[in-house]
Amino acid sequence: MEYIVEMLGIRKEFPGVLANDNVTVQLKKGEILALLGENGAGKSTLMSILFGLFHMDKGKIKIRGKEVRINNPNDANALGIGMVHQHFQLVETFTVTENIIMGVEDGFVLDRKKAGKRIKELSEQYGLNINPDEIIEDISVGMQQRVEILKMLYRNAEVLIFDEPTAVLTPQEIHELMEIMRNLIKEGKSIILITHKLKEIKEIADRCTVIRRGKVIGTVEVNSTSTQQMADMMVGREVSFTVDKKAKEAGEVVLEIDGLNVLNNRKTLGLKDFTLQVRRGEIVGVAGVEGNGQTELVEAVTGLRKIESGSVSILGQDTARYSVRKKNEAGIAHIPEDRQKFGLVMEYTLAENFVLKSYYHPPYSNFKLLNKDIMNEHAEKLIKDFDVRAGQGSKSPAKALSGGNQQKAILGREIDLDTDLLIAVQPTRGLDVGAIEYIHKRLVEQRDSGKAVLLVSLELDEIMDLSDRIAVINSGELIDLVINDDSVNEYDIGLMMAGVKRGDEQ
Amino acid sequence: MKKDFTGIYKSLGAVILGLIAGGILMAAIGANPFKGFLYLFMGGIQSIERIGNVFATATTLILTGLSVAFAFRTGLFNIGAAGQMLIGGLCATIIGLSFNDLPRVILLVVMFLAALLGGAIWGIIPGLLKARFNVHEVVATIMMNWIAYWVVYYVIKNNFTAGLETESASIPAVAQLRIPWLTELLNGSYLNLGIVIAVAAVIVIKFILDRTTLGYELKAVGYNRHASRFAGIKVNRSIILSMMIAGGLAGLAGLTYYTGYSINIQIGKLPTQGFDGIAVALLGATSPWGVFFSATFFGLLHAGKGFMSANTSVPPQISDTIIAIIIYFTATSLFIENIVKKLRNKRAERKALKAAGASTSPPAAKPGSDDNTKPGGDEQ
Repeated sequence: MEYIVEMLGIRKEFPGVLANDNVTVQLKKGEILALLGENGAGKSTLMSILFGLFHMDKGKIKIRGKEVRINNPNDANALGIGMVHQHFQLVETFTVTENIIMGVEDGFVLDRKKAGKRIKELSEQYGLNINPDEIIEDISVGMQQRVEILKMLYRNAEVLIFDEPTAVLTPQEIHELMEIMRNLIKEGKSIILITHKLKEIKEIADRCTVIRRGKVIGTVEVNSTSTQQMADMMVGREVSFTVDKKAKEAGEVVLEIDGLNVLNNRKTLGLKDFTLQVRRGEIVGVAGVEGNGQTELVEAVTGLRKIESGSVSILGQDTARYSVRKKNEAGIAHIPEDRQKFGLVMEYTLAENFVLKSYYHPPYSNFKLLNKDIMNEHAEKLIKDFDVRAGQGSKSPAKALSGGNQQKAILGREIDLDTDLLIAVQPTRGLDVGAIEYIHKRLVEQRDSGKAVLLVSLELDEIMDLSDRIAVINSGELIDLVINDDSVNEYDIGLMMAGVKRGDEQ
Repeated sequence: MKKDFTGIYKSLGAVILGLIAGGILMAAIGANPFKGFLYLFMGGIQSIERIGNVFATATTLILTGLSVAFAFRTGLFNIGAAGQMLIGGLCATIIGLSFNDLPRVILLVVMFLAALLGGAIWGIIPGLLKARFNVHEVVATIMMNWIAYWVVYYVIKNNFTAGLETESASIPAVAQLRIPWLTELLNGSYLNLGIVIAVAAVIVIKFILDRTTLGYELKAVGYNRHASRFAGIKVNRSIILSMMIAGGLAGLAGLTYYTGYSINIQIGKLPTQGFDGIAVALLGATSPWGVFFSATFFGLLHAGKGFMSANTSVPPQISDTIIAIIIYFTATSLFIENIVKKLRNKRAERKALKAAGASTSPPAAKPGSDDNTKPGGDEQ
C-alpha cells in the first residue's frame, strides 16, 4: 500500500538537546499509526515539524509520494494535514461555527448559514453529533475536542494528527472518540495518534512506531504485539505493570474534611459541601475529570486557598484557619500537581530545594543562619534514597533535572517530612513508565507504613491501581465513595465522573 | 566549592565589546583610539588623588548598584534608587545642618541611621503597594522618584538654603564623611568614609543573600512566588522586606554622595547615580562583588573622561557612550551566550561524529542531501 505521509531521516536539534535523530515515520493511507514514546522522547517535536511549527535541520517530508516543504501551519493545511492539539485552540465565547470558520472565512461578509449547513453535514457524516450554534464555553470538553476535529475536516484535512487526545476525557468520552476515529478511517482519512497510553494503542491503532530519546526503536503491527512488548520497547527495559499491594486494615482518621465549601477562580463554589475522611494505612483516591473541584479541594486542605465554610481537621486539630506553614507543621506533606510551578524553585539547587519546607529550623539553620554542610548532606542522602539522577548531585539546579527526577526529588522531600498525611496530586503526570512504577511503589510503601494518603489523579487507571477507597468528584460535589474491590469497574466510575449517581441509571 | 564563572565571562565580554565599539567611535571622529584610551585610563589611575576619586565616584554607584541588584535577586525591579537616594541624602543633610553641635561620632551615626531609614521608607511604600494592591513596583518607584524630587525641592528651598536658592547650605566639616587625614594623604581626593560603608554593605548583603534564612526566603520568592507560598513563606512580607532593604541601601548612597562626595544637596535634580545603579547591577551580574567591580570600572570611566578630553580631541561624551554600549552588550548577553553555546555544541558534535567514524550504520535518508532549512547545517 502507498504511503500518504513519509517523514524520512528527520533531524531536529534544540540547544543542547537532540530531539529527533534520523527519525523515519511512514503513514499508510487509511490507517491509524500510533506514535508511542515517553515524555520528551521527541514525538511532539516530530509532529510539530510535520505541521510546520518547527523547521527540521535535516531530512525530507513526502506527501503522497511527492517531496514537499512545510514552512508553516498554512502550508500543512494546504497539503491536507490537520492537527488536534492537546490544548484546544478555541475562542470560548464564540459559537462552534464561528470557531470552525475562523481563518477560512470566504469573502468579506460572513455567511454563517452556509458554513453552519456544511458543518452540520460533516458532523452527521462522521457521527460527531455537534450543534453548530452552541457557544464553546457551554459545551463539554469532549464536545470541544470534536469541534477541533471538525475544524480540520472543514479544511478538508486528509491526515489528522491527534496529540494525546484522551488526557482530558472521561472513559465514556474516550470510548466515543475511538468510535469517531473509526468513522474517520471509514471515510478514507488517515490518522497519526500521539500517546503514551498502551491500552488505547491496542484498542484502535493498526501500527505503532516507538520512539525513545529521539530515535525510532521500531515499528510494529499492533495486532501481533503485546502491550508488555511495546512498553519494554518504549522504556528500554522490562517494566512491571502491577502494583504490589496487600490488603490492610485502615486505622484512625488522620484527615477529616467536613462540609467544605470553597470558591474557585471564577468566584463561584468550586467545592460544595464536601465531606471525606482519610485514615491511617489507606490510600483514598479522588477520581474525576479535570476541573471538577480537585484543585480547590487540595488547595483548601493545604491552605493555599481560602475556605468559605466547613472544617478540615488533621488528627482532630481543626486547621481551617491555619496559615500554609502551620498546616504543614500540623502534618501535611503535599506533592503538588504542577511540579515546576509549586513543587520546586527551579533556579535553586537540589540541596536548597530539599529544605524548602524545613530551612527555618534546626538542623538546617541555627539562629537564622543556614547550615550549608548539613543541607548538602541531607540532599546527598535523599538523592541516594530516592534515586534522583542529577549531574552535579546536591549542587545541581532543579531545572537541570528531567521531569521524572524532579518529581522524585519532590517525592523524596515530602516523604522525608514524615508527616501523618501525604497528599499526592497527579504524582505521575507526564512521567515515563519506569518513573511511574517507582513512584507508585513509594506511595504504597507510605500507606503500608501507616500514613494516610490522599491521591488525586486524572488517570483512572492510577486511581484504580492504588486506592483502597475511591471518592468520585463531579462539579465540586462528592458523587460517591466506593471501596475499591473486585466489584468496582472502570465503567461505573466513569459514569460517576460524568455526574451520574448510583441508582440514577435507567 | 566550584564557582560559576559564566557571569564574569559575560560581563568581561560586554566590557571588551564596549571598549572596542568605543575605539571605533573614536577612530570615526578622527582621533587615535589608543591615545584616547591611554588618557582615559591614565585619567583614572595616574596619580594617587585620581585613584582616590575613582573610588569616591564608585562609592555611590556601589550602593545604588547594590540596591538594584538586591531587589533584582529577589524578583523586584527597583527603578526608584534615585528617589530613595535623594530622600536618604535629604535626611542626612537635615540632621547634619541642624544638629552639628553633637559630637562627631554620634552625629555621623545619626546621619547614617537617618539616611538608611529615609531610603527604607521610600522603598517600603512601593513594596506595600505591590504586596497589597499588586501595583507594579516599576510604576510605583518611578512615581516615588518624583515625589522625592519635589519633597527635596520644597524642604530645602524653604528651610535649608544659604546664599544660592538652588542648593542647600554647605554641610559643616563635622557632619561630612570626608576625613582630613585621608584627604591629605590622597592629595585632596574626594574619597571619604563612604567607601567603608559601601564595602561593608557589599559584605553584609552577600552574607544575607548566601547564608541566612532571610536571604533564602527572599530569593525563593524572587525566583518562584508560587513555590514559596506552597512552602509556607509569607510572600507579601518578603516583597516589603526586599524593597525596604533595597531602599535603605539607596538611602545610604544618598548619604555618601551628598555629605561625602559633594557637601550640599542641589534641588531640582534627580541624581543620575540612581539610574546608573541599574547598569552597575546588570554589569555586575547582580552579585554583590560583581557590583563592587562594575561600579569601580564605571568610576574609572567617569573619573578619566575629563583628562581624556583635555589631552586629546576625543569629547568626554565618548566615555558615556562606552558605558551605554557596554550596557547594551550586557543586556543582550543572552544573545551572545546562545551564539557561544551553539558554536560549542557544533564542535562537540563534530568531534563525536569523527569518533563514531564509519562504524555508524547508514541512515535511511542520505544526510545532507536536502538540507532545506538551516544554512550551513552541520555536515562537514
